[in-house]
Amino acid sequence: MSAPLLKLDKVTVQFGGLKAVGDLSFTIGEGELIGLIGPNGAGKTTVFNLITGVYEPTAGAITFANKSVVGHRPYKITARGIARTFQNIRLFPSLSVFDNVRTACNMHLRHGISHALARGPKFSAEEREIEATVMELLEIFGLTAERDAACKSLSYGDQRRLEIVRALATRPKLLLLDEPAAGMNPTEKAELMKLIRFTQEKFGCAVLLVEHDMKVVMGICQRINVLDYGRKIAEGTPTEIRNDPKVIAAYLGKEEE
Amino acid sequence: MFERSKLLLLATLLACAGLSHFAGGISPYYFDILIGIGINIILAVGLNLVNGYTGQFSLGHAGFMAVGAYASSWLTLKYGYSIGSGTLSTTTVFVLALLGGGLGAALSGFLVGVPSLRLKGDYLAIVTLGFNEIIKSVIQNAEPLGAQRGLGGMEQHTNFFWTFAFAAVTIYVVLNLVGSTYGRGFLAVRDDEIAAEAMGINTTKYKVLAFVLAAFFAGIAGGLYAHFKQFIHPEGFNFLRSVDIVVMVILGGMGNTAGVVVAATLLTILPEFLRAVSRYEWLPEWLRHVAENRMILYSLLLIVLMLTRPQGLFGNFTGKRNSKLQ
Repeated sequence: MSAPLLKLDKVTVQFGGLKAVGDLSFTIGEGELIGLIGPNGAGKTTVFNLITGVYEPTAGAITFANKSVVGHRPYKITARGIARTFQNIRLFPSLSVFDNVRTACNMHLRHGISHALARGPKFSAEEREIEATVMELLEIFGLTAERDAACKSLSYGDQRRLEIVRALATRPKLLLLDEPAAGMNPTEKAELMKLIRFTQEKFGCAVLLVEHDMKVVMGICQRINVLDYGRKIAEGTPTEIRNDPKVIAAYLGKEEE
Repeated sequence: MFERSKLLLLATLLACAGLSHFAGGISPYYFDILIGIGINIILAVGLNLVNGYTGQFSLGHAGFMAVGAYASSWLTLKYGYSIGSGTLSTTTVFVLALLGGGLGAALSGFLVGVPSLRLKGDYLAIVTLGFNEIIKSVIQNAEPLGAQRGLGGMEQHTNFFWTFAFAAVTIYVVLNLVGSTYGRGFLAVRDDEIAAEAMGINTTKYKVLAFVLAAFFAGIAGGLYAHFKQFIHPEGFNFLRSVDIVVMVILGGMGNTAGVVVAATLLTILPEFLRAVSRYEWLPEWLRHVAENRMILYSLLLIVLMLTRPQGLFGNFTGKRNSKLQ
């Protein structure tokens, strides 16, 4: 097997006396769809924040495409090819649907401020190119009709989808999805599952999925890591996880003997 | 191919040049107000990039204006005559000095911005306010700049054309910047810094850039002011001047350039208008009394406006700011 795309090696982060994540190791290979589950407060979102540079690990190493990402600012990590969505939606509220996605194209601009001011033919060409890219993405995700709508006016499910579109506009190699199914109804969830699998195939990016909805996680993930109190308690295929006594104990509690 | 915004800028510059010929016929009083409007537009539209589009709160804009005013005056006083009589025309020296003042202000904007933009909201406001006072105190104690006596002796080079040409350029730069994909980064920083970083936007770079650009234009405005009044005094660039500019931005609607231009115009005219009203003898006595106390009326008006239209007279990008207020 070739070197993994993302590798966490004994990552630990401590907030004061609280060890939010301890000795966590797992890998994600190119194009894989990996799940990360665990009860509330297990440290799943903290793992996301560690990978994307919002927090810095107290110990351990995180490497992406064979290079460490520890200590880099989030925007630099995004530039390296890791994009994310947020558990509580974080769209740009004052921008339209189109502009939300356009903003994510910002880091791929070849021309800087001077072109934006001079407005020469190169600038116009690039802006048209970006518009085409954005529209193509919106088209794929069925948001073309809403292009000029305020993003707040979208339905909850659409806002989640828009967050995925926006993350994809940064052209990631690894997409981190933080509870994308939260607050969705069963129909939307089914659609979301299709969408995630489609995204993985169409854009060829690996996906790390944090999700509470077992149906979604079990339905699409190739491998699943289970966290409890910041430690990994199990790893395996959905079937293995489903029958793992430690996982059952973490979720349902242990039987008194 | 010429883009629409470039054509508009060109047309405005030509119009300014044309109108400038008739400006001589205006009485000095009205001309003073007119130039004041142009200078305030440059200041407010520039500050709007920081306070409106990028969502930071700078309360020291007059400080940058002071840097520009003193730097450009120092340049024209030192080199205006020696070079001016020789190779370069006095106008060229004046424009170069203006740009020099702008660059000086931009540099101070960079120096203040890099450390202080780590702060947010009220804290940033306090730091920028502190900068404003520091600049003022430095000038007050700098003998070569006239210290407490103020600095005078500049020739009057600021005219209708230069004032409004620079106002047009300021508007052009701000609008074109925020309208481009590059400039959407400013709005992203304002809306959600964490999300902006996650989308690959260097938030520090955008905040500093907004600060530096706003400072540059404030410096230009300061230079224009100095070469119009021909006398500058450190007290002219105090905290109250900064507040004046912030009020124009808030009243016009944060992040609404057209609104800010109108607000800058209205707020420049309003005190003078009220002064005029207080002198009309055919008006009822009480109305003249009200107008006489124009500063009280002016502040009342602002309070009422903030209570009834917190988004500014002409609205802003709604969303976060409004939901925060509720």
